Amino acid sequence: MHATERMSDLPQRLLFLLVSLLVPVCLYVVFGVVPTEQKMGVVQRIFYFHLPSAFMTFLGVFLCAACSTLYLLTRARRYDIAAHASAELGVVFCTIVLVTGPIWARPVWGVWWTGEVRLTSTLILWLIFVGYLLLRDTAENREQAARWGAVVAIVGALDVPIIYKSVEWWRGLHPKVLKISGGGGLEPTMQRALLLCSVTFTLLFAHLLIQRCRLGFLQDEVERLSHAGVRRPARPAGGPEPKESDR
Amino acid sequence: MSFLGDVALVAGKDLRTELRSRDQIVTLLFFALLVLVVFNFAFDFTVIDFVSLGAGILWVAFIFSGVLALSHSFQIEREQDRIQGILLAPIDRSAFYLGKVAATILFMSAVEAIVVPVSVLMFNYRFSARVALVIPILILNTVGFAAVGTLFAAMTTQTRRSELLLPLLLFPAAVPIALAAVKTTSQILAGRPFDRYASWIALSAAYDAIFLSAAVLLFDYVLEE
Repeated sequence: MHATERMSDLPQRLLFLLVSLLVPVCLYVVFGVVPTEQKMGVVQRIFYFHLPSAFMTFLGVFLCAACSTLYLLTRARRYDIAAHASAELGVVFCTIVLVTGPIWARPVWGVWWTGEVRLTSTLILWLIFVGYLLLRDTAENREQAARWGAVVAIVGALDVPIIYKSVEWWRGLHPKVLKISGGGGLEPTMQRALLLCSVTFTLLFAHLLIQRCRLGFLQDEVERLSHAGVRRPARPAGGPEPKESDR
Repeated sequence: MSFLGDVALVAGKDLRTELRSRDQIVTLLFFALLVLVVFNFAFDFTVIDFVSLGAGILWVAFIFSGVLALSHSFQIEREQDRIQGILLAPIDRSAFYLGKVAATILFMSAVEAIVVPVSVLMFNYRFSARVALVIPILILNTVGFAAVGTLFAAMTTQTRRSELLLPLLLFPAAVPIALAAVKTTSQILAGRPFDRYASWIALSAAYDAIFLSAAVLLFDYVLEE
């Protein structure tokens, strides 16, 4: 048992090592290698964190909806744990997007916030998945939280394109604020830096997802044990008194 | 009994309960009117005209009172654990869901039927035949709101924080319906041609279709004990 655990530990450790190496490399590339953007100046460098975070938000939402569907179909606990973990990561990365966005927007557009379609729909997406986490929190038990969470995740994911379309139409002709999709207008060094950051963020996402799922399984195990009435094993007669520091 | 018969049975049950007690519709109506009064004070309608703001005000009133209607809809099932009776009844879960949606639509429409004429008077809107065109728009968007709202309310009313959780989940999810409803209503009131808001009607209809069918499929998982 221990041997197998250590075996499965090895790739996880390698992934952790890789992420720990790549993040400083990213920081170096973004702040030391990539040229400063001509018009926007140094603040444009936030883009290399902003856009990958946006990718991770969508990855989180997509994974959450996919795992939720699988959960409802199979009722396998692992899918719910994965869905919950993806939703949490989606919210975390979405928060990064919503924080870095205004910091970037203020010097470039002159405002912290506009009614632009991508901003507004990201905020609404964030609200839906915060609601998802809050609803799970209030459920009576794990099984109910899993079912309810899955329902909200599927509805939320279905809603995303409709929200985007409706906000787009609401604003009428939305201003082309920046060409950030695809990186078509980017200088080659910038493109490579963006790619590096995206890969790093994806690996970071994978690492956090694996750890969060492990935590979920452990929580399940703890709950199972406490339900089974297993507490700390009784101290054998004549055994040593537990030290104060052990408690 | 047929599926539609079951739907009618559930909706009829809610209507009968309401007709006997009349505690919900009065509250909803006064709440919606109160929203109008608040807006009447908040904006100076001698300066701003009804056409530009009226649609937004109306839909704020409908959405707020709609949330109340939705919480109430499942609150009555929660009292004395009536929900167990529903779950034991030999009807499809989706029939129960659609019955609840139908009842919510009826309650919300009753509120709308009174609030719209009152708002026309209150905000000095020149009454014309256009107001009648708003009726199908009201129904179309109320269906979408009730479809998602009923699905969420079935979950949130089982929790202790239901009054807080329902709007928290429903408002972001209902953004497309709110935007489409306000835009279409204001375009109609302003007398714009149909092709100016046809795409919004299509969006509302798509929303209704997508979420009604999704909710019918998902409702089984919401109530399961």
